[in-house]
Amino acid sequence: MSAHETVPYTPVFVGKRKLDLDAILLRYPTKQAALLPALWIVQEARGWVSEAGVTEVAAALELSAAYVKGVLTFYTMYHQHPVGKYFIQVCTTSPCLCAGADKVAEAFLRHTGCNELGVTSPDGKYTVIEVECLGACGFATPVQINADTVENVTADTVPQILAGLK
Amino acid sequence: MGYPHKTHPRETAILSKHFGDSEARSLDGWKQRGGYRALEQALSTPPAEIVDAVKASGLRGRGGAGFPTGMKWSFMKPGDGKPHYLCCNADESEPGTFKDREIMRWTPHALVEGCAIGAHAIGAETAYVYIRGEFQEPIDQMESAVSEAYAAGILGANAMGSGKRVDVHVHKGAGAYICGEETALMESLEGKRGNPRIKPPFPAVSGLFAKPTTINNVETLVAVPHILTNGAEWYKAMSLSNPKSTGTKLFSVCGNVSRPGTYEVVLGFPFKDFLYDLCGGPQAGRKFKAVIPGGASVPIQTMEEAEATLMDYEGFVAQGTMLGSGGIIVFDDHQSMPRMIARLARFFAHESCGQCTQCREGTAWTTKILERIVAGQGTFEDLDTLLEIADNMTGKTICVLSDSCAVPVVSGLQKFRHEFEALITGRRSSTVAMGGKPSAGGSALTTGAGV
Amino acid sequence: MTTPMVNLTIEGRPISVPAGTSILEAAKVAGVLIPHYCYHPGLPVAGVCRMCLVDVENAPKLMPSCATSVAEGQVVHVHNDKSLDARKGVLELLLINHPLDCPICDQSGECELQDYTFQEGRADSRYREPKRFNPVEDFGGDVMYVPNRCILCTRCVRFMDDVHGDPVLAVAERGDRAVITTAPDAGLTQAWAGNVVDLCPVGALLSKDFLNKARAWELDRSASVCTGCSQGCNIVVETRDNAVVRLKPRANEAVNGHFMCDEGRLNYRWLNRMDRLVAPMAGGGETEWDLATAAVAATFAGKKAHVVANPSLSNEVFFLLGRIVAKAGGAIHFAVPQGSEAPLPGVEDLSLRADRAANATGAELLGALRSDHPYAGVSGGHLLVLVDVEPSAVPAAALSAAGAVVFIGTADPSKLGRLAAALPIANVVESDGTITNLRGRVQRFLQAKAAPGHARPAWYALADVLIALGEKADYHSASEVFSALAAAKPPFAGMSFDSLGLKGTDVAGAVAGASR
Repeated sequence: MSAHETVPYTPVFVGKRKLDLDAILLRYPTKQAALLPALWIVQEARGWVSEAGVTEVAAALELSAAYVKGVLTFYTMYHQHPVGKYFIQVCTTSPCLCAGADKVAEAFLRHTGCNELGVTSPDGKYTVIEVECLGACGFATPVQINADTVENVTADTVPQILAGLK
Repeated sequence: MGYPHKTHPRETAILSKHFGDSEARSLDGWKQRGGYRALEQALSTPPAEIVDAVKASGLRGRGGAGFPTGMKWSFMKPGDGKPHYLCCNADESEPGTFKDREIMRWTPHALVEGCAIGAHAIGAETAYVYIRGEFQEPIDQMESAVSEAYAAGILGANAMGSGKRVDVHVHKGAGAYICGEETALMESLEGKRGNPRIKPPFPAVSGLFAKPTTINNVETLVAVPHILTNGAEWYKAMSLSNPKSTGTKLFSVCGNVSRPGTYEVVLGFPFKDFLYDLCGGPQAGRKFKAVIPGGASVPIQTMEEAEATLMDYEGFVAQGTMLGSGGIIVFDDHQSMPRMIARLARFFAHESCGQCTQCREGTAWTTKILERIVAGQGTFEDLDTLLEIADNMTGKTICVLSDSCAVPVVSGLQKFRHEFEALITGRRSSTVAMGGKPSAGGSALTTGAGV
Repeated sequence: MTTPMVNLTIEGRPISVPAGTSILEAAKVAGVLIPHYCYHPGLPVAGVCRMCLVDVENAPKLMPSCATSVAEGQVVHVHNDKSLDARKGVLELLLINHPLDCPICDQSGECELQDYTFQEGRADSRYREPKRFNPVEDFGGDVMYVPNRCILCTRCVRFMDDVHGDPVLAVAERGDRAVITTAPDAGLTQAWAGNVVDLCPVGALLSKDFLNKARAWELDRSASVCTGCSQGCNIVVETRDNAVVRLKPRANEAVNGHFMCDEGRLNYRWLNRMDRLVAPMAGGGETEWDLATAAVAATFAGKKAHVVANPSLSNEVFFLLGRIVAKAGGAIHFAVPQGSEAPLPGVEDLSLRADRAANATGAELLGALRSDHPYAGVSGGHLLVLVDVEPSAVPAAALSAAGAVVFIGTADPSKLGRLAAALPIANVVESDGTITNLRGRVQRFLQAKAAPGHARPAWYALADVLIALGEKADYHSASEVFSALAAAKPPFAGMSFDSLGLKGTDVAGAVAGASR
């Protein structure tokens, strides 16, 4: 389950974000249908979805916290723990693997200082994971850094990409 | 066109004509290129006529199953007093497939238009475009196209002044391949875990929010405006082999080819010419070894099979595989097939929703055995076990993810058994580059939970 | 409106069932059990375990029998090679990550995974990889979760969501990482949550109360009825070495579906209480039954009876008490303890009732008087007859006001002081009888254990009192008492133990279909 905050939780759905959620609710005949969008709003605001975030979303959509947790943990893009400032996802599914994606993932681990997949670098800047097919197989290796997809990454271009993030 | 490459003379660029043309993304740019004329025409045409035209065109679903689109639409009974829904399946996640990504990135209005026509044709006022969460750029393009279309009165309560309501909403997924399965997609849209539903009931009877629903792939919907504009006969005439396979099809090509990209050819095109001519053949000094022609879920072809294939629904079946999503993965002689297959199995294990026993346990077990074989720890008994597990995983579950995981294992063992045996006996093929591990860092993370 | 019937053949047996019936339920009618895990008749169909796949002739694939309706002319094979191989496959896959810890598992002996594997699974496993591991979790309430044994059938999730209406359980994660989870601070403390333990077909959800207490094969089981409230849920009383160790619900669609509440389930220790009255008493000391019975009868002389009875006592007891007061004069009084009502939303008319006694309806039908003050009016002209009331709850004023006091009960009555006589009786699990629930459902309970010492079934003791009073009461069993009751009391007309069976019958005048 999602970890707890290190700082006191303040509600996400206030001000503009509340209005955003209200607008999203109008698109669907049920409140529940807004669950994925609502979790996205929490993650965009806080960088991850904590237990308190689950509780807030559950209350906003009249769902049980356990239900929301079940849905949250089904989808791999929601972070159940805080991640680095740059969340780097290297596609290593076969179409990219045959083009050398494993070398790209290793280069990211080495150059970010993360060393291990899923472990945030000591400076809190990077988290690197392998991701399943990003749907950009013709541009092997695609790497998703936060919301952006970087195409045609090779082990050699990794330092340059990281430099561009600084 | 062979985006990111220039259009090859043997391509027929209809859907992909404007790929790479950033001016086609805006409403103005799209209208200058003939956009929304088909919608305007459609909104003043009775839905039944549109359905008939699509039926006559022979258009079949481009997501993988190849079900005739017009017939699917005809299952939606008009005047049943219930709200109808259209879902556009833009959860393009089948490894090797990235054609819908290009459609949404470059021609988002084409999809808005296709959705609006589709909605009108099936008596729906609302269409949801379910886009996988990783596709941030396509999502941004689609959202901006939708808001432009609302601002211009193309969508909304009085779409293009027709007096009809057409709403299109973009819904962002959150990382789950299985949501590309149509019933899982509806579950996900309803705010649930993406667990496929038992059929029946079929979506046309009880789909999204338990209402009659049609789910169409992105490419299917963007083909419809062209059919309405140019006529069903025009579309139907585009067929190089079997008359049941009509129109153009986008094929996304990746892996070990010289020019990976998204190509558009008329169905029935010779696969050999496609691979060697359009895609430029293998990279320098390499030879093609195997092809997975329809996304990771279809049987692997040897080059002999691939080169004898005509690229349409029937042609791929005739050569032991399926057209599927049109995502072509090419492996050359430097690749270890067991390693590639192990990585595909890991993909399916990671993406299994976990509902059905055979899939939940079978995908993970298959992966562990394959990874052990790749690591040089396999036995000959493992190969028999793999086939028995595959048999156990085939035709027994709610959806076909389980079957899909078994497919590359069975076809791989059938056609490349010697590579598995070499790993077991410790002999290494000199031309095959072996990774010690299936991929960086081992399997703990990618088969584990989201971080 | 009648549902049309559908004819089909299952395992060569032709049967006819209403249209819409699942193949799995139809097979039960044909006397064929199709092995299954996720299907449960009290829950919505999930169709996920894939254990119940059967070979339906002319179907392209094996069909999930829980989710496939019967069709005219269908021919279904449950035990042919194709179906059997599929089940073997499921069993092997369910076991690859299972710890195979039956020797220390509470479910052992009543585990469907164990049973089906024994019946038709592989003798060995081909699994050579490390097994997945997840730690045991306390789910709150009486429930403990052992994820390593979980087969993800989701019965528990569906029960809490669809039946209890409080979705505190969910499947978390996906694929082979999937586990059952609760939200933080939301444990299984709901009134009916303990049913998830019964629903769990394997040893993944366990009762903390029953943990490590007994092996399933050591238990003796008897059909009974819960006396915790007026709902009258059908239960199974499980005993070991003459002690009740567990209560479980027994399915009865007309009363409790497949469920019972936690309060009823966990309220069994009093059935094993050690401070029992174990020998008849008269004249200030222990004596023989005959002498004590004679003493009771003698004490009636010149006095009216003021009987205060426990409203969970059987119909037979109230009938015989009624005969006694008819002879001696007086009345039977009872008070019903109250608690808060706790309905189970997913089952019509099923609730932990505010009336926390089993047989107030039967008592009233048999002439006893319900009152909040059952001791009011006790005077020197009264013989106060206390029938299975808790001695500590008897007001001292009533004891001192009464002309004499007789105790017929289970608990040690020494706190009551001066008694003319005391007769030890068996409690509800030590005797046979019937009780009538709040909707008028008359249901049998069966003896599950032996009564301590010289205690006798209450009907036996009371019949002897009647005989001592000069009445005819030569009953030889609870069944005979009930037949006499049925002959004498119109609401019960025509009933007998045999006609009641183990699911009960509604009293005359009860609203049809509202018998719960």
